[in-house]
This record gives sequence, C-alpha cells and structure tokens, in this order.
Amino acid sequence: MPTKTVAGVTVDVNDEGFFTDPSQWTEEMAPELAREEGIDSLTDPHWTVIRFMRKEQAEKGTGPTVRGLGKTSGVTVKELYQLFPKGPAKIAARVSGIPKPRGCI
Amino acid sequence: MAHRIIILGAGTGGTLTANRLRREYGTDEATITVVDQDDQHVYQPGLLFVPFGLTRADDIVRPRHEQLHDGIGYHQSPIDRVDLDADTVHLGDGAELGYDLLVVATGAALVPEETEGLTGPGWGETVNTFYTLDGAKGLEQSLAHFEGGRLVINIVDMPIKCPVAPLEFAFLADWFFQDRKMRDRVEITYVTPLDAAFTKPVAAARLGGMLEERGIELVTEFNTGEVDGTGGRLVSYDEREVPFDLAVIIPLHGGQPYVGRSPGLGDELDFVPTDPNTLQTAARPNIFALGDATNVPASKAGSVTHFEGEVLVGNIVRFLAGETLDGSYDGHANCFIETGFGKAMLIDFNYDQEPVPGHFPSTVGMPLLKESRLNHLGKLMFQWFYWHALLPGRDIPGVGADMPTAGKQLS
Repeated sequence: MPTKTVAGVTVDVNDEGFFTDPSQWTEEMAPELAREEGIDSLTDPHWTVIRFMRKEQAEKGTGPTVRGLGKTSGVTVKELYQLFPKGPAKIAARVSGIPKPRGCI
Repeated sequence: MAHRIIILGAGTGGTLTANRLRREYGTDEATITVVDQDDQHVYQPGLLFVPFGLTRADDIVRPRHEQLHDGIGYHQSPIDRVDLDADTVHLGDGAELGYDLLVVATGAALVPEETEGLTGPGWGETVNTFYTLDGAKGLEQSLAHFEGGRLVINIVDMPIKCPVAPLEFAFLADWFFQDRKMRDRVEITYVTPLDAAFTKPVAAARLGGMLEERGIELVTEFNTGEVDGTGGRLVSYDEREVPFDLAVIIPLHGGQPYVGRSPGLGDELDFVPTDPNTLQTAARPNIFALGDATNVPASKAGSVTHFEGEVLVGNIVRFLAGETLDGSYDGHANCFIETGFGKAMLIDFNYDQEPVPGHFPSTVGMPLLKESRLNHLGKLMFQWFYWHALLPGRDIPGVGADMPTAGKQLS
C-alpha cells in the first residue's frame, strides 16, 4: 500500500492519494494537505467543512456527497465550490484525511 | 390475529409486493392495504419514447388500483407522515393506519426547484425533462418543431432513476434528426457530472465510444449550478458554460417529502437507509423498503425493484414468523439501452460485478453490451411482461433475482 509523509508523519494512502485510515490524520496536517490542492490558507468555513467531513465519516463510514454537504453542513453548495474548487467532496475529503467518498451509482 | 400490512406506494415495487404477499397469505392471515396519492400508474420506461413520437402518452398509463389483485385494499390519499414509535401512518385525508409491518415503496421524487433557474423562464418550453409525463409530452412538441441548433442533455447530479435513460435519449435524438434529414443542423451535447459517459468503467468506455461515433459531444464533471432559460445556457458551479437552444434536463432526485416529515425514517435526501441484502430498513425491524425509495447502492431501476421484490417478500414472511432474514439480494440489475435505428444493447450487473460483454441469461441468449435488433425487440416486449408478469408478481422464466454469470466474459 502506498504511503506519503504529511507534516513529518508517514500515513497510508490509496493510489489516488486519499487517506485509507482516518485515525492517522491530525489537524496539523490539514494546512499542508490543503496547499497540495491549491488552497493557500484554511479559513473558518473551511474548518466547518473539514470537521463535518470527519464527523460524517466517523458516523456513517463514508464522506458525504456535495449535495449532502450543502444540505447538512451549514455551507451552501455554491460556497463549497468557492472553498474547495474542482470538486468539494473529493478535495475536502483529501484535506480532511478521510477515504474517497463512495460515489453514487 | 391477522397481520396488518401497509404498503406505501402503488408503483412497480408496491404493486408487485402487494400481489406477491396476497398469494403468500390467506385473507384471514393478513390484511394488505396499499396507499398512493393518485390512480395513475405510469410505465416509466415508456417515457423515453414519447418525445420521439414512438409511443403515445396515453398508452403507458393505467389505473393503479386495477393492477392490484382481489383482497388488497387501496386507499387513495397523500401521505402526511409515519410515526415510527406508534407504528402508524398518518394520511393527508386525516386517516390513521396502524401496521404490524410497513413497506416503503414510494420511489424517488424530482426536485427541479433545487437547481437555480431550472423552473424559471423557459421551463416546459426550451428547458424540459422527459422524466415526467407532461415533460415528455412537451418535448414531443419541442422536437417536432425544432428547426436546428444546440440540443443539450444534462444530468444535474446523481442519483437518478434509470441512469442509462439520458444516454438513450441522446442516441434516439441522433436517430430522430437523421430520420428527418436534418442531423447536420443539430449539435447534440451530453453534459454529465460523472467523469465518463456512465458509472461503470467497461460500459462507460463502450457507451462513450458510441457517443463519439454519433458525433455527440461529451462534457464530463459538469456540476450544474444554474440553468439560464432566458440566456440559453447551463452554468456549472466552477463557472463553465454550455449554451443551448433546447435543454433536456434530468433534475435532482430525492425521496418523497413525507419521509422527511417522519423523524428517523430517511437520510438528508429523504431516501430510506435500507440493508442492501435483506431490504430491512435501518429505522425499525418492522419496516422494509424497496425500489427507488431506498439508499441501496444499486441503480434506481424497475429491474432492481423487481429482483428486490422476490427477496423482500420472502423476508417479510420470515420476519412475521419470527425467523432469521435471508440476506441474499445481490444488487442484480438488468437494463435495455435503446440505441436508435431499431437496435438496443443489454447490460446485466450487480453490486460486485460491473456490466461486461457476453450473453444473457446464459451462453446462448441476448447479446450483452452490444447493439442488436433482438435487444430492441426485447425492450418493446418488456412492456407486455411489465403489466402481465412483473406487476402481478410472477417470476419471469429464466430471469431470477440472482445475477447469472454463465455467458458473461469475466476477466
């Protein structure tokens, strides 16, 4: 299984760079993961989404879809695209250190 | 005492479940009541053909109550909510129905109003959908009078009912305009939030190739944020634009609103969390669900509902007898894909096995993932099976709930 080093710590990832074990993630890693996605600094709304992603993963075993995020995170879909351009569900999942959300069928 | 069984929804899943259960139980063993808000049962696969003048809207609608066998009660009313703690359904007409066992079979609802601009100027005219009877009829007029220009087919977001139907619409549009000798005056563009033409890799590659062969442009990873009917353009959340003269939109889907009014029953989109193998809901042991209303990771399609029905009814009987449930539903789906010029493809798959080439149901049979006239005839014949075998809850010979592997080219 591939690994990568984030904030000086080695973590397990899949072929696409998603964390495979959310428990290996710490908040200190988020800024570095965000920069890899072209997000220079994490604002409060970013953290709202990150904490929501972590909570959903812990409760349901998968990260939410963009629509699910828009309905339940308190951040609108439009804002989500401003915060995490190029696909909020995937980008936010990477920054939050959770596995790739299961897509819809 | 007779079991009180309430079935919410008299579409494909509710009807076939009621009819199968009626055969399982004598009238002294169980009362079966089905609830729906209207008396129009639409053969939904037929909606695809209406815009192209290949079927008449009247020919795909029958009364719901007539599809239910003798000894099944039919209560026509909107549903207000389900009180899970009291095992009671509250109906819009004020009636309260107590149950020992509840089946949720109310399908998916379209929510076009959740997309900015979609139901604004142009809705029902230059912006329409074939996912409703009225929309399909409107598109028949729009296509008949289309003088050329940009036709755009757009899936706003997944999940949707019958994920292959928008592709079929694109293929049929290509045929339709060729048939009218005006294909050179029509640009067809297929705009999807997915990263390919379809969800499953092998089929996506084949279907994407078929779009290309037909000169249909494919725009992927497009998350529609706004439909501008006045300006004739789709705008994505990341601010890309696709212009159109006629837009065929597959709106967002959700579960039914009453699910949201029933605390504990549904998820954030009002779909009902359901065990993918037993079809018992996560909400309560005495509530089961099937078809488009659930969140199971299978296509929202009639074939899925049909195959689920066999497992579901067996499990209801086991549950009411106090026995262990059978977790055998494998996600089997089986879909014809109309490709134009009197041909169609067939795909057959389940939770674990994506659609691949080969034959169905065995080494001899209908070709899989390949265009053929036989598949087209199969698709047309299916309408007869739907009313006369599937809804009455009869097994179709050679086509069972478990996905067959003989005949498939498995790597």
